[in-house]
Order: sequence, then C-alpha cells, then structure tokens
Amino acid sequence: MINTNILKPNKEKINLFLLIGFLFFSLGILDFCLNNFYGKNITAFLPGFISFFTPLIFGMIGLYLIRIEFSGIKLLDNLNKNINTNNFNAALSISIILLIIFSVAPLLNWFILDATFVGDSKEACNGGGACWVYIKTWFNRFMYGMYPNAEQWRINATFIIVLGLMAAGYFFPLRYKKYLTFYYVILLPIISFLLIYYLISGGEFGLEWVETGAWGGLSLTFIVAFFSLIFCFPIGMMLALGRRSDLAVIKYSSLSFIEFWRGVPLITVLFMSAVMFPMFLPDGTYVDKLIRVIVAITLFEAAYTAEVIRGGLQALPRGQYDAAKSLGMGYWKLHIFVILPQALKLVIPGIANTFLALVKDTPLIFVVGLLELVGMLNLAKTNPKWLGFSMEGYVFAGIIFWIICYSMSKYSQKLELKFKTDR
Amino acid sequence: MNAQENMDTRGIQFGFGFLKQEASFDIQFSLIDYDGSMSYARAYLVGLLNTLLVSFIGIILCTLLGAVIGVARLSTNYLIRNTASFYIEFFRNIPLLLQIFFWYFAALRALPMPEDAPLLFGSSFMTIKGFYTPAPVWNNFDIFLVTLIIALVIIFFFNKFAKKKQEEEGKQYPKFLISLGIFIILPALTFILGGVDLSWSFPVLKQLALTSFTYEGGMGIPPELIALTLALTLYTATFIAENVRAGIQGVGKGQKEAAASIGLTPSQVLKLVIMPQALRIIIPPTTNQYLNLTKNSSLAAAIAYPDLVLVFAGTAMMQTGRAIEIVGITMATYLTISLAISVLMNWYNKRIEIQEK
Repeated sequence: MINTNILKPNKEKINLFLLIGFLFFSLGILDFCLNNFYGKNITAFLPGFISFFTPLIFGMIGLYLIRIEFSGIKLLDNLNKNINTNNFNAALSISIILLIIFSVAPLLNWFILDATFVGDSKEACNGGGACWVYIKTWFNRFMYGMYPNAEQWRINATFIIVLGLMAAGYFFPLRYKKYLTFYYVILLPIISFLLIYYLISGGEFGLEWVETGAWGGLSLTFIVAFFSLIFCFPIGMMLALGRRSDLAVIKYSSLSFIEFWRGVPLITVLFMSAVMFPMFLPDGTYVDKLIRVIVAITLFEAAYTAEVIRGGLQALPRGQYDAAKSLGMGYWKLHIFVILPQALKLVIPGIANTFLALVKDTPLIFVVGLLELVGMLNLAKTNPKWLGFSMEGYVFAGIIFWIICYSMSKYSQKLELKFKTDR
Repeated sequence: MNAQENMDTRGIQFGFGFLKQEASFDIQFSLIDYDGSMSYARAYLVGLLNTLLVSFIGIILCTLLGAVIGVARLSTNYLIRNTASFYIEFFRNIPLLLQIFFWYFAALRALPMPEDAPLLFGSSFMTIKGFYTPAPVWNNFDIFLVTLIIALVIIFFFNKFAKKKQEEEGKQYPKFLISLGIFIILPALTFILGGVDLSWSFPVLKQLALTSFTYEGGMGIPPELIALTLALTLYTATFIAENVRAGIQGVGKGQKEAAASIGLTPSQVLKLVIMPQALRIIIPPTTNQYLNLTKNSSLAAAIAYPDLVLVFAGTAMMQTGRAIEIVGITMATYLTISLAISVLMNWYNKRIEIQEK
C-alpha cells in the first residue's frame, strides 16, 4: 500500500489526482458561472473578498493537482506545458478562462440567442438582444447611400466589371506579362474612372444623372479607397525618388512636401479641401466634392507611402547602384529594372500598413458631408422610427471593416512570403 | 490671385486681427478660465490645451497597455499569447472613428442617469453625463510643487553621483529605495512645515429641474473625453504592442544566454541586457505612434469634444468665415507639435544609439 500525499501529485496515483483536480477546476468554473449569471453565491458563508476569489482558488488547486510531469498522457502533458507550468502561470490561465466565460456568454446572448432576426419594424425587436431587423431594413442604404433604388444595379455592374478587370491581370498570356504594370498603373485607373463617370454618375446614354452627394454607404467607401490606393502609390514612389535626388530643388521640395502632409491630421486636410481650396479657384469653376476628397486623401497617403518606399531604397546596398551604373544604365533604367523591383519587395509589409490605414481613414470624409458606411449609420441612428439601435449599427460596420482589413493584412503576408528571396 | 478676388467678392479681409475679437461662444470643457467674452486667441488656447490633455493621457495609457500586451504576446502561456494576439488583431483592424463612435454613442450611452448611478469606490459616480470623482483642494499648492521639483532635481543628481561612485569604486547604493524616499519624504515635509493642506471635495447630487439631475463639486470628466481616450488608447496600444514584441524578439537569443551564463538573475538579464537593446528598436516606431495618436485626437471633432479642430477650425471658423487663416493656423499648430516631438525623440534616439567605432 502506497501512502498518498495529497499535496504532492505523482504519477502512481495519476487517475485519482486527475479526478480530484478536474473536480476542483469544474467547481471553480461552476461557482463563477453561478455568481455572475444566476446571482447565486454558493460560497457566501466565507467572508466577502475570499468568496470573491473562490473560483480562482478552486481553479488553481485543480490545476496544481493535475500538474504531473511526464505523465505519459499526451494531452495532459501538452496542457501542462502550455498553460500550467507553474502557479503563476496557472493563475493567469484561470483568470483568462474566467474572463472569456464572463465576456463571451453575454455577447453570445446579445448576438444570437436573444436577438431578433425576423420582422420589419422596430416593434418586432423586444427580445432584449440585438435587433438585426434594423440592419436588414437599412441594408440598402448602408450599401448604396441615397442612390436611387431603381438605379442600384449600375453600382453593382460597375463593381463587378472593375473586379473582373483587376482579376484579368492574372490571366494575361505570358508574352503580354511585361505590360502588366502599365495595365495596372495606367490603363485600369482610366477604365475604372470612365466606368464610374458614365455608369454610376450617369447623365449620358439614357442613364439618369445621379449627383455625387447622393452616393454613399459602403460603395462610396470602396470608390474612395480604390482611387486613393491606385493614385497614392505612383505619387509616393515619385516622392521617394525625389527625396533621394541629387538635385537640391527636387530633394528639398519633396522633403518639405512629405513632412508637411505627415505632420498634419487628415481631418484638417479634408477641412482644407472643403473650405480653403474653393477660395483659390477662379470664379465659376467648381470641382466636385468627391474629387477634392479623393485628391486630399491621395496626397496625404502618398506622403506616408513615400517614406515607406524610401526605407526600402535605403536598405539596398550601394553595390546594386554601382553595378547597374557600371553596366551603363541611366537613372530611369537603373531604378525601373534594378532598384525598385528589389526595394518594393522589401517594403510590402509597410505598404500594406499604409493601405490599411487608408481604408480605415475613409470614414473621415464625413467632415465634408459625404456619407459612406459610418456616416450612413449616424444618419440612420437619428431616424425617429429607429431610435436606439446605434449599437447594432456600429457592430455591423465594425464587422465589415474588420473583414476587409483583416483579409487585406493576411493577403499582404501571403505576398510577402511569395516574393521573399534570400540574399 | 484668385484667392484675393474671391475674398474681395465675399467681403473678407486677410489678416490675423480677428484673434483679438470677442469669441462670444462657450466651450463645454476647459482647463483654463474661459467664457464667451474672451478673445478668439483664448479660445484657441483652450482648444490646444484640450488636445494636449487627451494626447498626454492617451500616450501614457497606451504605452502601459501596449507594453503589457506586447510582453503577453511572447508569453509561453498559450492562452495569454493568443488572447493578446486576438486583442491586437481585433482592435487594429477597425477604423478608429468607428471605435470612437461606438464608445461614445453606444457604450457610454448605456450608462445610468446621474440620479440612479451607483457609488463606485465609495466616492465616484459613473453616469451618462460623465465620470464624477473627488477633486483635491489645495492650500499653498505652489510650495508643494516647488518642493516636488526640488526633490526630482536632487534625485537626478543623486543618481548621477551613485553611478559615478559605482564606476570608480564599485560601491553600490540602493538607488531606487533612496530615490523613492526622497520623492516621498520631501513633499510630505511640506504638509508639516510649509503650511500645505489638502482636502477633498466630493461630488454631490443636485436637482436642476424636476427630472434633471447633475453632480456638483468634485471633478467631472465629460463622456467625450472618456470615449476619446478609451478609443485612442485601445487602438494605439495594438501598434505599440507590436513594436514592443518586435523589439524584444530583435534582441538575439545569444545575448540572453550569454547574460544568464555569467550568472545574472532573470530580472537582471531583462533590466541590464535585454531592455537597453530592445529599447533601441522600440523607440523610433513608437514615437511615430505617439505622433499618430496626437494627430488622431483631432477626430474628437466628430463627438464634440472641444479640441483644437472643433473649437477653432469648427466653431471659430463658422463665426468669422476666415477659412484660410484658421485652417492655416490649425495645420501649423499640428505641424509644430509633430516636428517638436520628432526632434525630441531624435535627440533621445541619438543618445541611446550604439556608439560604433
């Protein structure tokens, strides 16, 4: 008969220890759940603050008892190694587990269990959870803004065509591959602009004219982000090259341009485009609000892109420049064929971050009165028929933006791996 | 000049004389004395101070949170590591403006009205109208402040002296304990000798009208400030956490092993070997984040927190119509703050740089 010291978990009595440990652990969780969700305190006989910590204490005893090294059970060993190496770690793990239970359960209730999905008016929502009817009713507005319902197919069609054109680059035959950059940097923006001008804006070919003030919702977010992204990259590249130029005029004008845009907040830039810029125009000329906004965001983000690209240019060893020059390459040939392909590859993460920042900055265009997704939410929130659902709206927009940004960052990581070359 | 023509047709003159005119609008939250009868220049100062206040609080909080999350990201504990990366991925990929709106319009609006607010920590109230907490009431505050500065100066010179002694004679003083002692004892002495006196003013519920209540006394922190600070902190901390992680990972494994092998304790390894090297990697991108936070604080205008943009580029511009001057001043202000912080940080960066031969 082996004497069992209950304070020293060992391998001989492993089943006993596992059982007791598991029981203690479950007791801790049970106590916590009863406390928080049912208002019952099973340890109320203990003094105030000890009874508050009982879930933690039970959990820690439980984890202590199952902390058996080399138990031979793979799952247990993994568990111990990852969350249960010592008492401090165990306490942290328990706190995290309790925190997760504490936050996930009410969220689940709000999101799904108590939420209302069917109905068509505010009265349908009385479950105490989220009112997704609100999102359903306003979905069209959130996507297309004030764009007339009957004309929304035009936005859809444009987006599908542009997406198709973007994807077309992948299917270029091999011998046209060299025109790919030209296609993406020059041809695609022009085609997209013409499409948006004639199809979304309309006014010709029998299509009804829709002013830009009526554009809005997520489609406007995409339009602004798309054009700013496309234009800010070449401008940023020029600025980065300009900053490293040998000509003092070009160098210092690029430098001050970059530092100026990087030093001011975007919101003041948008203010400038909205109220200050029209002052400088000759009488009678008018530049559309949307175009002014796109130009402002493009210049702003181009400055950031320039700094990122400069980082890549600086990271290249001098030998690359010297070697290219010794082959008799001029400035443009040298940069286009030797320097930029290597430098851009290095700065993919930085560029991706700048692009992400750009997408996340688009909601700011509300300051000039353009209502994209977040702006539409604020508008819908004040509708007297649908007061009190701001939470649902923000959560909905948050999910959409999260999906866009997260997939962009994942894609950039993939690109980074694809172009990674060891030197 | 088109601008000149346009301004002439609208009857606006270029010039900064308007700064001396009476502002005649009120500002909800101000650190210095202000009312509508004061000048636009004063209103500008109020806005600037509010911007600096929210940036300052935000920078401190996001540094603390970012450091904790960044270290947690490298934890050996599976749960902690993944919770930290979940936090980072979650808050980093949602636009800041949306987060500010969420906290202000959705989360903080769910708080109780002043009359039903529960008591927190025995003295504070968290209500839909803001956070009310006891405020200190000082007598002879200037004496206390001067003593505090003197204490800091003494600590600075003491540490210099101790370092010199250690380098010359190898003698070690309990630096931290003595510094802490000086820091506590000297200001405490002023309470006994200098006639400094501290009492607290507590918030008290007051009825304004039949159904309208508010708190008087104490210190009221408006919900705009809370929402803005929360959003800025949670958002910026994700970037700082990534910087901290990259910095710690950037220190070679050999460094840690070498330090451990000459017999340093784990805390010494962290303090003497890893942190000094990691800080060199962490500081430049973190400075950038501080600048971003300061610039992002201008989003305050969206929830009517009276910062520089709202007070000056918003209200003041509406009233005077001087778009060029006001937008120019606002941009110049941000530019100055940005350049000042980056000059400061470049200087600090130079100081801690490795002196290569």
